[in-house]
Amino acid sequence: MAENTYLIRGAAILGGDAEDLLIHDGVIAARGNGAATHEAAADATVIEAAGLVALPGMVDIHTHLREPGREDAETVETGTRAAALGGYTAVHAMANSNPVADTAGVVEQVHSLGRASGWVDVRPVGAVTVGLAGEQLAELGAMADSRAQVRVFSDDGICVHDPVLMRRALEYVKAFDGVVAQHAQEPRLTAGAQMNEGAVSAVLGLGGWPAVAEESIIARDVLLAQHVGSRLHVCHVSTAGSVEIIRWAKSRGIDVTAEVTPHHLLLTDELVRSYDPVYKVNPPLRTETDVLALREALADSTIDVIGTDHAPHPSEHKECEWAQAAMGMTGLETALSVVQETMIETGLMGWADFARVTSTVPARIGRLEDQGRPLEAGEPANIILVDPAARWTVDPYKMATMGRNSPFKGRELPGAVIATFFKGHPTVLDGKLNAPYRHPETASAVSGN
Amino acid sequence: MKHLLSTQDLSATDAIRILDTAEEMAAVGEREVKKLPALRGRTVVNLFFEDSTRTRISFEAAAKRLSADVINFAAKGSSVSKGESLKDTAQTLAAIGADAVVIRHWASGAPHRLAATDWIDAAVINAGDGTHEHPTQALLDAFTMRRHWARLHGTESQGTDLSGMRVAIAGDVLHSRVARSNVWLLRTLGADVTLVAPPTLLPIGVEEWPCKVSYNLDETLQAGVDSMMMLRVQGERMNASFFPSTREYSRRWGFDDTRLRALDELGLKDTIIMHPGPMNRGLEISSAAADSPRSTVLDQVRNGVSVRMAALYLLLSGDTREAVPASAQPGATTQSTKESH
Repeated sequence: MAENTYLIRGAAILGGDAEDLLIHDGVIAARGNGAATHEAAADATVIEAAGLVALPGMVDIHTHLREPGREDAETVETGTRAAALGGYTAVHAMANSNPVADTAGVVEQVHSLGRASGWVDVRPVGAVTVGLAGEQLAELGAMADSRAQVRVFSDDGICVHDPVLMRRALEYVKAFDGVVAQHAQEPRLTAGAQMNEGAVSAVLGLGGWPAVAEESIIARDVLLAQHVGSRLHVCHVSTAGSVEIIRWAKSRGIDVTAEVTPHHLLLTDELVRSYDPVYKVNPPLRTETDVLALREALADSTIDVIGTDHAPHPSEHKECEWAQAAMGMTGLETALSVVQETMIETGLMGWADFARVTSTVPARIGRLEDQGRPLEAGEPANIILVDPAARWTVDPYKMATMGRNSPFKGRELPGAVIATFFKGHPTVLDGKLNAPYRHPETASAVSGN
Repeated sequence: MKHLLSTQDLSATDAIRILDTAEEMAAVGEREVKKLPALRGRTVVNLFFEDSTRTRISFEAAAKRLSADVINFAAKGSSVSKGESLKDTAQTLAAIGADAVVIRHWASGAPHRLAATDWIDAAVINAGDGTHEHPTQALLDAFTMRRHWARLHGTESQGTDLSGMRVAIAGDVLHSRVARSNVWLLRTLGADVTLVAPPTLLPIGVEEWPCKVSYNLDETLQAGVDSMMMLRVQGERMNASFFPSTREYSRRWGFDDTRLRALDELGLKDTIIMHPGPMNRGLEISSAAADSPRSTVLDQVRNGVSVRMAALYLLLSGDTREAVPASAQPGATTQSTKESH
């Protein structure tokens, strides 16, 4: 049997009718009735996929891989293993590493680590400002022109709060079709903030992170994007008010896209009553009203994409007092299941919509040409097979990520990734890691050693 | 009862049992030999991550009067300041054999962490955590109010609650763990509570609390108050624009001499004036008010020892542990956690 040929039998493509898919040499060679009789199919490894849904490989617009600098939290290798297991074929690695990804050198390092790992495409995000300090533009053009081909720029974790700097960044990235992904958080309104400001924070005596601190920045930024005619992406939208502002901006034709995390679609600030820092995240868990508004916005495309904001932390940064704990949650290995639970099982979306928000549109925002493509003959074979009937209980200690900080620990969720094909190669088979893809130049480099 | 973390989950029955037990402990404090053998051989650790000599010596006196061994662990100047984590500190105390940990911490929820994790199995008493709660302060305040209320009604305190008592709490509610613990406990005991503060010093979400909210101290007094509790105001809040100046704060929200006279003019002859201490004389309370016969400030300190004896006794004497319902257990907060679907 040929190693580069797979015949997927009877998968429900985007949740539709059962059809065959033939993968050969990294591309979809045939779809439907002609697949099994295609000349390449003779040598194919057959994968029986009855009952499984075939989807385009997921693309995460917002991932923290922590390397370089915090290899005790995650590495490109472990983070991308987690991504492949979660159904991803591409991730955008956020810039808040150490050193910060604010030069061509650092983004090229992350890019080559990703290629060497071979589990997914790793697309580095470049910092907007030098050292994420919010004072001076980083060399955005150099990062765009580097081998990493950076198109998404973000100071994520920190808001580009200076309105002039934000305006300049939005304008400047037009030169290379880039986008600024804003972490919308007014810093003065969130000094010392520990959780959503509202009924629960009042009782718990934890510093409030008011919705207005997010909404005021989004309102300003959409107006700036309109003024200078730029593309804006809003990271991890978390409030009902933000949804309204983005809906208004889109109705005016402003070129804004927005993401929501899986955890903001499921969890609320009621969980903070436990004072368990596994629920500490930025932006914070909000209220039931916000959760429902975010789901509705994702269903009607006001919010465009799912971004995991996968943020692994070493356990000592969570096994402490709430105020001392780091913000962030892991998400790569639970994203599909949480979105299935909150959007598909609730009837708000079908699997075709799922493909749009987890693959097609995030690939378009990041300008990834061979990701998020239709499952048609001639297209790159980035494909996942999902068992929507599976149910499993989340155990952070069984995950590939080094982070044990999953807020879904102990929760039963639907849906399991059975296989992930990255460039026609199965990185995941039978729900387990198989083997990484070897890029041609990496393969020769390895054999040369 | 395994821990005392918050007054929010305390039932009226439990609260009254603690107060009644405290009355018995108060009787011990009036004897020549102020000591009971109840906790002989038990070890109580006062784990203080924040300076508070008053609270610490109150707990220390309470534990010693019950014959417990007391270890004072001040986190400042200890291994904690060298970066030791709460987890390591807790595990160290467990290894030493602490039966109860009295914890004061600047971080809200730190006592909950000790109680909810497997770091240590001891009984945990919250001696004030961040801007969250200070349950023994609220219990000693309630104890003080209950004695006053019972005396006015010509009854014994034992077994009674605060039904019908009008309590006003004025000051920095936003940052006050004392206010939070008092609101929950006083409401449970049947009192009518009014919070009085500048709008900047009330938390967003206070409208859902089981109390009234007022921005006007004079109107609150005019409506009738049986107990007027003043909260400490930190002068530093002025720099964060919570109010324009300490003088303006005093004029609008301080219990000054004019308001002290107003109590008489309004015919509120039995109204008491309370303060958890330490007081900022001349800021939230005038000296005349603090030293007036209405002031219960020193009674509160005295009663604090009795209430803390009661809490330690009920937590550490095994035969009463099962008598307390599950709602007072630390897991109750997670059980009531609502999830969205």
